[in-house]
Amino acid sequence: MTFQSILFKEKEDRLAEKSLQELDFFIDLNLDQIVAAITTGKEEYNLKPFFYNPLSRLSAIQYRQEIMQDLEKEDLFQNITTFAHKMRRMRQHFSLLEKLDYLYHREGWFLETVAIYCEAVSSLEQDVIQAEIHSPGFLSFKNYLSDYVNSDYFTTLVNETRKLKKELSQVRYCLQLKGLKVQVRKYAGESDYSTEIEKTFAKFKQQDAKDYSVELLPRTGMSHVEAQILRLVAKIYPELFKSLIDYYHKYQNFLDERIVLFDREVQFYISFLEFMSRFKKSGLSFCYPQITRKTKELYSKQSFDLALANKLLKENSTVICNDFFLKGQERIFVVTGPNQGGKTTFARTFGQLHYLSSLGCPIPGSSAKLFLFERIFTHFEKKEDIKELRGKLEDALMRIHSILEQATPNSIIIMNEIYSSTTIQDALFLAQRTMEKIIQLDILCVCVTFIDELASFSEKIVSMVAAVDPQDHTLRTYKIERRPADGRAYAISLAKKYQLTYDCLKERIKL
Amino acid sequence: MKVFLMYPDRYFNLEDKLPPNEKEIVQDLEINTLIDAMAWGDEFLWEVAKKTILGGCYGDDNLEVILFRQNILKDCINNASVIKEIYQLVVDTIQKRREYFLGYFNRFPSSIVYSSVEFLNMLTGMLRKMKNIADLYADQFQSEGFRRFFTMLKEELEENYLDKIQGHLNELRFNNGVLISAQLGKGNEGTSYILRKFPRKKKWFQQIWSEKMPVYSFQISPRDEIGCRVLGEIKDRGLNLVANSLAQSADHIYSFITVLRLELAFYLGCLNLHQKLQEINTPITFPKPVDSGQRKHSFVGLYDIVLALTMHKKVVGNSLKMDNKNHVIITGANQGGKSTFLRSIGLAQLMMQCGMFVPAESFTANICEGIFTHFKKEEDVTMESGKFDEELKRMNLIVHHLTPNSMVLLNESFSATNEREGSEIAIQVLKALLEKGIKVFFVTHLYEFASNYYNNRREDIIFLRAEREENGKRTFRMIEGEPLPTSFGKDLYEKIFVGKEKTELEKLKC
Repeated sequence: MTFQSILFKEKEDRLAEKSLQELDFFIDLNLDQIVAAITTGKEEYNLKPFFYNPLSRLSAIQYRQEIMQDLEKEDLFQNITTFAHKMRRMRQHFSLLEKLDYLYHREGWFLETVAIYCEAVSSLEQDVIQAEIHSPGFLSFKNYLSDYVNSDYFTTLVNETRKLKKELSQVRYCLQLKGLKVQVRKYAGESDYSTEIEKTFAKFKQQDAKDYSVELLPRTGMSHVEAQILRLVAKIYPELFKSLIDYYHKYQNFLDERIVLFDREVQFYISFLEFMSRFKKSGLSFCYPQITRKTKELYSKQSFDLALANKLLKENSTVICNDFFLKGQERIFVVTGPNQGGKTTFARTFGQLHYLSSLGCPIPGSSAKLFLFERIFTHFEKKEDIKELRGKLEDALMRIHSILEQATPNSIIIMNEIYSSTTIQDALFLAQRTMEKIIQLDILCVCVTFIDELASFSEKIVSMVAAVDPQDHTLRTYKIERRPADGRAYAISLAKKYQLTYDCLKERIKL
Repeated sequence: MKVFLMYPDRYFNLEDKLPPNEKEIVQDLEINTLIDAMAWGDEFLWEVAKKTILGGCYGDDNLEVILFRQNILKDCINNASVIKEIYQLVVDTIQKRREYFLGYFNRFPSSIVYSSVEFLNMLTGMLRKMKNIADLYADQFQSEGFRRFFTMLKEELEENYLDKIQGHLNELRFNNGVLISAQLGKGNEGTSYILRKFPRKKKWFQQIWSEKMPVYSFQISPRDEIGCRVLGEIKDRGLNLVANSLAQSADHIYSFITVLRLELAFYLGCLNLHQKLQEINTPITFPKPVDSGQRKHSFVGLYDIVLALTMHKKVVGNSLKMDNKNHVIITGANQGGKSTFLRSIGLAQLMMQCGMFVPAESFTANICEGIFTHFKKEEDVTMESGKFDEELKRMNLIVHHLTPNSMVLLNESFSATNEREGSEIAIQVLKALLEKGIKVFFVTHLYEFASNYYNNRREDIIFLRAEREENGKRTFRMIEGEPLPTSFGKDLYEKIFVGKEKTELEKLKC
């Protein structure tokens, strides 16, 4: 297998890469926040499109999972990071070249740019040879890299670069500056006056001396005076500077396309691993999920909402993890319980886990088995749009209808507080009808709702409840537990807290 | 050029740590009055005097250092005018620095070179003067410290050397332009600009350039502002190192001057104090310190120097002969001079341990590795129990820092509670201190405690009593004597209350 790409096993996988924008459900699942956090600081690589295109083939996902696992090893990760830094510097140099006008100056920086590239590629090859690599993808890259580094083209490039740099760095010349006159000649061993001055005054030396050297910032570019000096220096060393000019013309296309592509694409892994390490440091676990389309028996342990966790870590708050599973005929989670109890978070987590899996990324949790979906649909309650002529309920119905038209048994549907803008009887009726459809299609679904009755509607439904502290019912634990819905118990305790129970109110309201 | 006048082998350091009980000891012994008499309003002298005297709290300035300083101080007293002349020269130089100072903030190496050369010129002049003083007076000094100092001046500041410096300073005005070597850095940009010395005798271009070494040159237009700036920059890069060397050299010489001021300041303070004491014609003596392992405390005519300075007259002195004893328990009349006596003990110990003379006709004592004071805080306005608590907290701190061979001065300690409890604590504390070999001077009204100790008659405890004549008059002398059950507070009561009643009666009569 010739190496193609570190991200795509087959050319077809890349062809599937078509979406350049966030998918519809990105905002509902807070995936937009996750992708933004992952790619921040890596804008130059334009990584976002990689995150917008889920893979549809198991083999393609496995290809990435294995590469990701190789890169999780500290050494290889460091090697790639180092390589990336060097390549970044190389690119910065390269983009600078076209702004340079003076003879020998532009050629000098070109030499510098090539030297950085050669060094970056050579050391990467050295590092990769020693690294422990198991993934077919990375092994294939390793072979490609070795072949390239040992090719005649590259070895000649390295040698010529090294020789020229060495010879140029050995050039020594003297300037005599007096008034407006500048004289240039070879350096002939004149003694260092600063050292002599230092010696003369050495006997007064006490303790540590303050540093009076002025930090003279390197000049950007070159002035005409320096260019003139450089031309005179070139006159003193004519052959050397002629070979520099020849080199410049010979190696205009020194970059290898596939290595340049690798440099960009490998950042998909690096950026995710960097992001992931923040959570691992706080004791949260990640795992490579088992992915299947054969069964809808799923599970996930110790999983959490990555977007929320990212926010909580910044505030030094604790992240609560949750487990879930579906077995046998179970397909649907109906989540009930108090507001602010973690219901929506649970729904989002379910969606995020599946989506990240389809990218070949590790997911939050200690272990998981997830479904290889074709599409994800979400319906989250939106704020009323004044321009929208239809009412809220009508809008919801339209959207759900459209989802159900497109959905197949390989879809995932996530619904949050549907039909909340109507009476409870209406809502119950509509929700039951919707559920029937979903059950009929055998679709995986999470449904967050205030309608307790939905939780026991079908055998395919699993009831999940946002738990409260058994001692103080006003405290949320953010745990989502698998048990029958009991939303009302909570309301009494909250009423007591605000002195709104019958007894309280009787006391408070006096005639 | 090292100036070691405070220690035989190292510099005095103003940043050295002050003792942990600095605040207490300064307050309890009224050390600021002593320092004021040394500083004569000079902040620097004040600072150094304070640091040195409090440094005496650490007994680690051992015998050698004490005697080293005593000898230097004797030289200073005998050659006061020479010392003052040197000190004045140093102070003048330090003040002149401000005229050159602005240049040091400059961002351009060429201007740093310029101002450093001018400053060094001034400093070289000062060094010549210093050397002349050394040539004239060195023979009059006896102490190891000063002999070494003057020898160093003579050796290090030879005429030749001073001329060599002058030569460099002239060359550094660059009347022939500057010669700078360089190499090519990244992008073939010039780098590593190093100032080179023009070869001597023949001018280098005559000598070498004739031998087929090509020389290329160009000239920029005077109207080419950017070009001029770039040339200036190259020059600055070349001069950066030498600017640093020169500025550092100037700093070094300057720091030699500041070190000299620092090393001399303490002795200047002692000279000032000496002069004040001469004015009130009160005696001083150079004490004889003995090793900290021994127990010795004997003196004749020891007086409270702070009291003498405050009252600007001779005050009553005390004498004591006390060998192989650890504890002194002082009882007796109120207003009888007990606190003054205690303070004179503390001050003399500190002064001895920092190398000064002491206010006495003769004085000898063992070195104490720490000096601590625990004085009753009169100004404390908290509740009684809180006050006692505070007292014990301070005692706890002292014990925390206590080493064997320390000295503790207790003034009416443990008196913020009733006598029985206070005595009990005092008995227990003192017993422990005694066993640990801590030297203690304890002024107390705790009769139960004092008599308990007196009745047990220990060889290593001495009992002193503030003398009170039959008519109730105080002599302010401490005499050996057993503790008495009263402190004659009644005398005081009568003096104040009865005296007042009398005068008021007289007023009424009028």
